[in-house]
Amino acid sequence: MKILKLIFKNSFRHKLRTTLTIFGISIAVIAFGLLRTVVTAWYSSVKAASANRLIVRQSVSFIFPLSYSYREKIAQVPGVKEVTFANWFGGTYIDKNNFFARLAVDADTYFEVYNEFVLPKDQLDTFKKERNSCVIGADIAKKYHLKLGDVMTLDGDIYPGRWEFVVRGIYQPKFKSTDAMQMLFHWSYLDETMKQEMPGRAGDVGWFVVLINDPAQSASISNQIDGIFNNSTAETKTETEAAFQQGFIQSSSAIITSMNFISFVIIGIIMLVLGNTMIMSARERTREYAVLKTLGFSGKHLAGIILGESLLISFLGGGIGLLLTFPIVSGFSQFIPKGIFPVFEIEPITIIFSCGSAILIGIVAALFPIQRALTTKIVDGIRFSG
Amino acid sequence: MADIIQVKNVSKSYWRDSIETSVLHDISLDIKEGEFMALMGPSGSGKTTLLNLISGIDKPTRGEIIINGTDISRLNESSLAKWRSNNIGFVFQFYNLIPVLTAFENVELPILLTKLSKAERKQHVETALNIVGLNDRMDHYPKQLSGGQEQRVAIARAIVTDPVILVADEPTGDLDRNSAGEILTLMERLNQEFNKTILMVTHDPHAASKAHVIRHLEKGDLIQETV
Repeated sequence: MKILKLIFKNSFRHKLRTTLTIFGISIAVIAFGLLRTVVTAWYSSVKAASANRLIVRQSVSFIFPLSYSYREKIAQVPGVKEVTFANWFGGTYIDKNNFFARLAVDADTYFEVYNEFVLPKDQLDTFKKERNSCVIGADIAKKYHLKLGDVMTLDGDIYPGRWEFVVRGIYQPKFKSTDAMQMLFHWSYLDETMKQEMPGRAGDVGWFVVLINDPAQSASISNQIDGIFNNSTAETKTETEAAFQQGFIQSSSAIITSMNFISFVIIGIIMLVLGNTMIMSARERTREYAVLKTLGFSGKHLAGIILGESLLISFLGGGIGLLLTFPIVSGFSQFIPKGIFPVFEIEPITIIFSCGSAILIGIVAALFPIQRALTTKIVDGIRFSG
Repeated sequence: MADIIQVKNVSKSYWRDSIETSVLHDISLDIKEGEFMALMGPSGSGKTTLLNLISGIDKPTRGEIIINGTDISRLNESSLAKWRSNNIGFVFQFYNLIPVLTAFENVELPILLTKLSKAERKQHVETALNIVGLNDRMDHYPKQLSGGQEQRVAIARAIVTDPVILVADEPTGDLDRNSAGEILTLMERLNQEFNKTILMVTHDPHAASKAHVIRHLEKGDLIQETV
């Protein structure tokens, strides 16, 4: 018989209590994993951002437009390789709940700058030629059963009216983190309509996307671009794509902070659950620990036995919880509207956190029982009846 | 025979809420190697306290306890733990077996801490269980054994390390007459055949009658000697 066998047998002495504790830890680990996955998914757009792309927007707010005329000036800044632009269109496709990005873009340059949107050449050529055509992400095509040649009708809100687009391209995401839920159409088509119906809004661009040669030069290029438009009616704010995405997330920072906080509160709850089990278990065995001491077991041996039990239970609960987290996160992702999170899956850091938490919980939960077992005198322990 | 246990001017007091309770007063006692001594006395007389001091699970307030040449009152906790595992075998009134372990595993516990191989441990455990007559019950759990059998397993556990001294605190206190008789016979045999020095605390005059020497404690004092 080995000490490990004693640890295992002690752990399951109260089968119901241990099973419930393991179950509780599993549930908590699942909740922790799910929350952490949501938090990391929130940041996935930041992680997917390209280092050699800068975003130029109105300095006051993203919602205010810039003039198309800025493009040429930006393109002349040393270190700039290409300049493209986009406009947030908004609108509704079939139902208000169908959320995905609809952008008016520069058809000639957009796919050069966003080379992670993989579009066959023939589809790109057709798209460029037809002004009322659009390109959609593969996830949109899949979700709404759209194919090349189909017509997508949008009800405009920012840009009122009924807008019809012919699907001429379906792009595939190059990376797992690439958003495949975007609809892209000609900015020139939108601009022409604006010239006719709302001349005051003609020539407006939402933001410019600047492709640069050297990411290390991003700060100086950003300063140069913003310097050009200093003291103009529409000053600019240029930042890296990652910083731009981070700015979006900032608006939801309270929610993310809450989720982060709750995920760690869950760890605290698990500690209390396991700690309670370990304290009860150790208290019931006060006399046994005293007997083991009389047999020559040292404090180190007892600490090892108690810590072993605690770690065994936390590992079992953590392991089961982690294994179940994968199918649950996968199932959960089915209910999240496509386009909100380009990537929704368990990250390695979440697995590391969960495993690390299991170890930490096992250790912390054992501390008090160990301290009690070590400090209780043998004579008091043998007299103990609890 | 030389004295294996020497208790010299030992006193023991406990403190409860700043009130000192004196349990043993200036006790001196010698026990010879191979002797079977019974300690008797009414409840609260200090006999279990004296047993605990001699077996190294408690420390005296004053005085010296020299066992086989070692002053155990000067040993620190870890040295004392090692000393106990090598020198003392414990038998408790309520057996104190680990319920989730079989008889074999309970007896094996003290020698898990030694460098003995698995085969050597098995041999030691089987020998100990054979001595107490329970080699056919080694796979039984404590709840599957009678009280007398449990106490015999506890005795096997106490002797598996081949200690020089056995201490027993009311070993028959929880047993019926027949089982108590078996345990006392077993202890006599351990004393006579295996030359174990035995110190037994008991209330029972019949149990005490098996000992070579009976010492009485009364309110913390040794009051008389009977041979």
